[in-house]
Amino acid sequence: MDAATRATIDAVWRIEAPRLIGGLTRMTRDVGLAEDLAQDALVVALERWPRSGVPESPGAWLMATAKHRAIDLFRRGETLQAKQEQLARELADAADEDPTAEAAEQAGEDLLGLIFMCCHPVLALEARVALTLRLLGGLTSDEIARAFLTPRATVQQRIVRAKRTLAAARVPFEVPAGEQLAERLPAVLGVIYLVFNEGYAASSGEQWTRPELCEDALRLGRMLAELMPREPEVHGLAALLELQASRLRARRGPDGDPVLLSEQDRSRWDLLLIGRGLRALDRAEALSRGGLGPYALQAAIAACHARARTPEQTDWEWIVALYDALAALTGSPVVELNRAVAVAMASGPAAGLELVDALAQEPALTAYHLLPSVRADLLARLGRRREAYAELTRAAGLTANERERRLLLERAAGLAGD
Amino acid sequence: MRFMVMVKATAESEAGVMPRQELLAAMGAYNEELANAGVMLAGEGLQPSAKGARVRFAGDRRTVVDGPFAETKELIAGFWILQCKSLEECVEWVKRCPNPMPGESEIEIRQVFEADDFGDELTPELRAQEARLRAQAGGEQR
Repeated sequence: MDAATRATIDAVWRIEAPRLIGGLTRMTRDVGLAEDLAQDALVVALERWPRSGVPESPGAWLMATAKHRAIDLFRRGETLQAKQEQLARELADAADEDPTAEAAEQAGEDLLGLIFMCCHPVLALEARVALTLRLLGGLTSDEIARAFLTPRATVQQRIVRAKRTLAAARVPFEVPAGEQLAERLPAVLGVIYLVFNEGYAASSGEQWTRPELCEDALRLGRMLAELMPREPEVHGLAALLELQASRLRARRGPDGDPVLLSEQDRSRWDLLLIGRGLRALDRAEALSRGGLGPYALQAAIAACHARARTPEQTDWEWIVALYDALAALTGSPVVELNRAVAVAMASGPAAGLELVDALAQEPALTAYHLLPSVRADLLARLGRRREAYAELTRAAGLTANERERRLLLERAAGLAGD
Repeated sequence: MRFMVMVKATAESEAGVMPRQELLAAMGAYNEELANAGVMLAGEGLQPSAKGARVRFAGDRRTVVDGPFAETKELIAGFWILQCKSLEECVEWVKRCPNPMPGESEIEIRQVFEADDFGDELTPELRAQEARLRAQAGGEQR
């Protein structure tokens, strides 16, 4: 097969796989089987399309092929049960994909059902991530392994086990509603956010950012925002991702070095994404009953930066207020620490330091090296260099990461030096 | 990667003939499909060039030329900005588009420059660590 046909088939797969697997999971009630059927259909396509050409509507072709295989499989099954017979009939009856409004709506429901299944709490977090990227992002195990710097075999194992777990737990294929939705939605948003963050500030590897992962996450976030248009936090997350991503190209200097927000060339921020982010935030705000959720609040903070054309125009008071709300909502000491940094920007390092000092007793932060690190920055800005030096040394002693340790010591040496 | 997908103008579109109801509905469904898949960043239809203008540059001189413009096939009648994994994916999406014009029409796909975002160059890890450290310390530093 020539490279062009292969590339076309890959592209068709990326476009069609989520809907295909979603639809087949609804019909067979088994996500593992659904993926196998979809893959089988793709194999048939790989054999035929190079000779016959790609069909007019490849999605419908793949779906019809997968359904026929499912029917064959069920009919050939030696232990043909009544339920399977019924399923086979349903499959045979199910009309082929048609471009009607109902079909489009069904496809949307299928995608949502698939997302909620992939992010089901019965699965470990890594399994949710791998399954979501594989089934909804259309990524291969290889691509997922590369993205997370994990051996391919590990990713494959994770996916196999995840499907087994879903089957064993008899996780239903459905979109939760009402209270259940409120319970389950954060897990879905959490998976998308995690994928984005892994691309935005890679936790391992040699690259500082991996924009491709950000794009995968954005695609999922945008998809979810279209499919669940009435959920404020879905728009909140979409807004947060768009706004963060708008700075991606400014965050890397010409030599690949990271550039901090205050030093970024703001003319390189992506206005298209900023516009999309601000609109998504508007939607989140309009839909929110009784205050913004955690993603929308973080998006609102990101929006403050996006609206400031120079660092000096940043509305730090408003950022502090948003952090107040976020801290009240999450009760996270790490958010409190962020808030202290914002206060330092709004009201000076002394005010920030006071808050950081109050956090020193926080049990969750006693071994957290960023607390003394932030404290050191504030002390240095107040001219208290010897104390700053001591804090950096302390921070260096708290981190388990050798590179971070070296870096903190370098900063300390810088303070002692001049 | 990002693509600009341009619908070429036709004599009808330049004459301001509005698309028929069916085409509008089909286009609406297609746009929804693009949005649902998370690939559509923007998209607009353009008015005929009769309502546009050109600014010509020659050295320091600027001359304004009002529309309409003659070379219909070189004009565009609408565009999308799509985010896709590859040119092939973008082509596949465009093949799913309803014919945007009565009769013959053409859609052109062009990749948007963003090489610096997605270069392979490696970042010295030490500095990456530094920036992340500070980024974590202050979410607003990011």
